[in-house]
Amino acid sequence: MYDGIMAETISLTGHGGDQIEAYLARPLGPGPFGSVVVIHHMPGYDAQTKEITRTFAASGYTAVCPNLYTREAPGASPDDAAATVRAAGGVPDERLVGDVGGAATFLRAMPNSNGKVGVIGYCSGGRQSFLAACSLPLDAAVDCYGAFVVGTPPEGMPLKVGPIVDLAPSLSCPLLGLFGDDDQYPSPEQVAELDKALVAAGKAHEFHSYPGAGHAFFAVNRPAYRPEAANDGWAKIWDFYGRYLSS
Amino acid sequence: MCTYLTENVGVTGSGKGAAGWFALREATVYFDHPVHAAAEHTLNIDFRDPALGPSGRVAVELTAESARALAEAITSTLASAPPGLA
Repeated sequence: MYDGIMAETISLTGHGGDQIEAYLARPLGPGPFGSVVVIHHMPGYDAQTKEITRTFAASGYTAVCPNLYTREAPGASPDDAAATVRAAGGVPDERLVGDVGGAATFLRAMPNSNGKVGVIGYCSGGRQSFLAACSLPLDAAVDCYGAFVVGTPPEGMPLKVGPIVDLAPSLSCPLLGLFGDDDQYPSPEQVAELDKALVAAGKAHEFHSYPGAGHAFFAVNRPAYRPEAANDGWAKIWDFYGRYLSS
Repeated sequence: MCTYLTENVGVTGSGKGAAGWFALREATVYFDHPVHAAAEHTLNIDFRDPALGPSGRVAVELTAESARALAEAITSTLASAPPGLA
């Protein structure tokens, strides 16, 4: 099977009709292909997140990663953009949903789309993946160690994040959760609470938590990287998306 | 984890960034993932002038231990300055 891919920076319509930067990676075969919206972590729209986006394309999914910091820091380096947005209070939830929704609309309109769109997010993006899947019609969602889906942020925290577990009854698609046993945010207790809320809401989900792994175990360029957990996590993602996003 | 913890402090002074010296207006202080330091979490400070845009920034990422040592050194240095100067 032909395995060529193409990756490039594009513009798509996000929240409020704004044109936002995004990184698109797509298989060049005829398809039809399932699609994935990749939500970058709080450190930003960086080289590692673009590599993840290309990994989805290499595995037969059209993937797009919107730059959630486009508005505050157009053209800035990822670390400068992340610092600017952090100082400004972070990405508002409503805007995140609008940007992911715009990315999903863009993907469904691709000529070789099979019409199915999933979402995945890491770190703060894990919480945002859950938020998007509770707010938009999607086909599969992956939450990689998202903090503050459950649990109240520390007193005085100026960023615009809060617990969103109450949205569980609105989850529009199956959810795969990948966590580390040694993580404190989300802690194993918080993961269990989210699991309980999804069971109560009757929502399809599967959670896996890895021993010896903490937060950000997928991050190959960070000390938190745990190859065994990351390799198994990727296998879980391919199995999950294969079931819900394939043609 | 992403701690999200962030303190914003108004500051007066100058810093030297990629394009040379500029006046500082704010310092953002947070304990979270570093971009470059080889640690899972670091005490990060962004000295900024928002008027210069995202690149108007001098960034440091310090391990918790070295950040505490730096904070003590700053405090003791200020305390030992001649009366009336600091």
